[in-house]
Amino acid sequence: MGWGRTAPSRATIALPENYDDVSGAIVGAGPRGVLARGLGRSYGDAAQSGGATVFDMTGLRRFNLDIEAGTLTADAGASIDDILRAIVPAGFFVPVTAGTRFVTVGGAIAADIHGKNHHVEGSFGSHVMSMTVIDGTGEVRVLSPEDSTTREMFWATVGGMGLTGVIVEATFRLLEIETSSMSVDTVRCSDLDDVMARMIEGDDDYRYSVAWIDSVAASGRGVLTRGDHARRNQLVGKPAGEPLAYVTPSLPSAPAFVPNGLLNSASVRAFNEAWFRKHPKNRAGEIQSIPAFFHPLDGVRDWNRIYGPQGFLQYQFVVPDSAGWIVERTLSRLRDVGAPSFLTVLKRFGPSNPAPLSFPQPGWTLAADVPAGIDELGPVLDELDELVASEGGRLYFAKDSRQSPSMVARTYPRLGEWQAVRDVMDPRGVFTSDLGRRLSL
Amino acid sequence: MIDALGEPQSVLVLGGSSEIARATVEALPRTRLRRVVLAGRPSPELDAAALQMGNSGISIVEVASFDAADTDSHQAFVDEVFDNGDIDIVLLAFGVLGDQLDVEADPSKAVQMATVNYTGAVSVGLHVARRLREQGHGHLVVLSSVAGDRARRSNYVYGSTKAGLDAFAQGLGDALVGSGASVLVVRPGMVRTRMSDGLPEAPMTTDPEVVGKVIVQALRRGKHTVYAPGPLRFLMGAVKSVPRPIFRRLPQ
Repeated sequence: MGWGRTAPSRATIALPENYDDVSGAIVGAGPRGVLARGLGRSYGDAAQSGGATVFDMTGLRRFNLDIEAGTLTADAGASIDDILRAIVPAGFFVPVTAGTRFVTVGGAIAADIHGKNHHVEGSFGSHVMSMTVIDGTGEVRVLSPEDSTTREMFWATVGGMGLTGVIVEATFRLLEIETSSMSVDTVRCSDLDDVMARMIEGDDDYRYSVAWIDSVAASGRGVLTRGDHARRNQLVGKPAGEPLAYVTPSLPSAPAFVPNGLLNSASVRAFNEAWFRKHPKNRAGEIQSIPAFFHPLDGVRDWNRIYGPQGFLQYQFVVPDSAGWIVERTLSRLRDVGAPSFLTVLKRFGPSNPAPLSFPQPGWTLAADVPAGIDELGPVLDELDELVASEGGRLYFAKDSRQSPSMVARTYPRLGEWQAVRDVMDPRGVFTSDLGRRLSL
Repeated sequence: MIDALGEPQSVLVLGGSSEIARATVEALPRTRLRRVVLAGRPSPELDAAALQMGNSGISIVEVASFDAADTDSHQAFVDEVFDNGDIDIVLLAFGVLGDQLDVEADPSKAVQMATVNYTGAVSVGLHVARRLREQGHGHLVVLSSVAGDRARRSNYVYGSTKAGLDAFAQGLGDALVGSGASVLVVRPGMVRTRMSDGLPEAPMTTDPEVVGKVIVQALRRGKHTVYAPGPLRFLMGAVKSVPRPIFRRLPQ
């Protein structure tokens, strides 16, 4: 099942140790097909495929840093977590990281993940120089955006949710950093208009920017945090030490069993109040660690359990600037049905890349976690889908677990173009996922 | 695929003219439902059910010829349905009631009842289970009956077919644990349908719509066994503990 712990299905897990294992399984695939899976952080059914053979790619996890070129060549199963431990002390950072570092390179490309720097640097796929993919006939292909013969396949695989082939290796550009610290400006905003105005006005001055929104408060107050990697001279006055030291906190675990409904409006209200108050009204140049700035939720292992056995989903859309009002509407409709969310984040996206199924496009993206067991959640989300679609927005496949096939056809107008390339790469329809079946991809 | 909010996309009804099955399809969340296969012996009721569902906005309503008694045809039938796409929910809803005195007088009618209600259900149930296991997800809903909970003088042949079916469905559910597929055993009391038309009403007699809602709620909650209406569970618990010499003297 996915990170949201909803709608599970059963598959046969295979642990490939080399390319031949992958090719062999593809050639010998049964009618239910095959699918690659990384660390299972997609919320819905993207990395599961009922009855299929699912490759657990995390066994293939070697990577190699080219310090001269500032690039990394990694197996698909290497995690951003593993990579950061090795490259940060060497003065490098990944070009894009999601809100969790427990993402594999293959997953980062397949979902074309974005981070707090999308408005400046785009999504993960934009930094990939080449990748090795095993297609639906078992053939090993090297794809590059620079090579006109493989360009279309490259971009169909970026954001292609694993349905064009199994990504086994990729080379991507890294960012050079002087320290392992972040220099962060924090502003507490009294309402949603304030948050959005400040983001429009000031985001361009920062490499990283994201706002946490108090989903329970009607005002839509929030905390805007923006920053960049700290330079060496910004560490003046801090305890001396290795400026590139990278330490991740050890992980406490969420309890193994949590009843449904523990996370309710009252407990989320209390959490949100505390979280809002915890931040200073206005603070510039605070030095934070990489995990604290990028991956705060990774500090609690299996935090997805706190929503109880019925699981949860994350509703994430992007809409153009002209439809920024949908952000407020979404928050108020989720409040109407009493959907408590402590993880609600707002961010601005920059330009799209050439991938037909890549999610980001210029505008606002809002992501809100909600428990799946809430009555009336389905109709409200369908109503919001309609608004998002009619304003030219769309939903993120890596988070989706409930949109309709017609929503996808409407909001990803290049789906047909992608399917044509997919059919070339996978003529037998070997690559299957529950998401693909559900949405008729 | 059933989505995160429990919305199914495809349903197979075995016994497509069954009023309980129709009411269950009615009660299912509808926003993602796009394929319903109504299987049964060709009849005006089956066509009417298909027409009604088509009019209610389900984009694909297929009518498939299916005879529970013709067990040799079951494998090909089930494979054809599943080859055209995954099935999220299978309702095993066929069955015949018949008059007790009639079947006592003509045992061949008892054999026919047992063939449809039990043998046919076991046959098609196993074929469905094989395909659910292969696809790694899906629910099989088996319409049992409280008549199988305790044999009664007035309908023990029917009751015995449901007792057998009930035991089969429970065991099948256990066998499917870990496969991604599951079985829901539904034990309705007396339901006001064509089948029970003209019979005196038993306590807690209910309507197909109520049974449909009970089934949908049980699916959503992931239950394995459910009575319809729910409180029948307690009544049947009491009924089962009544000693036979007393039970057979109770009004039937």
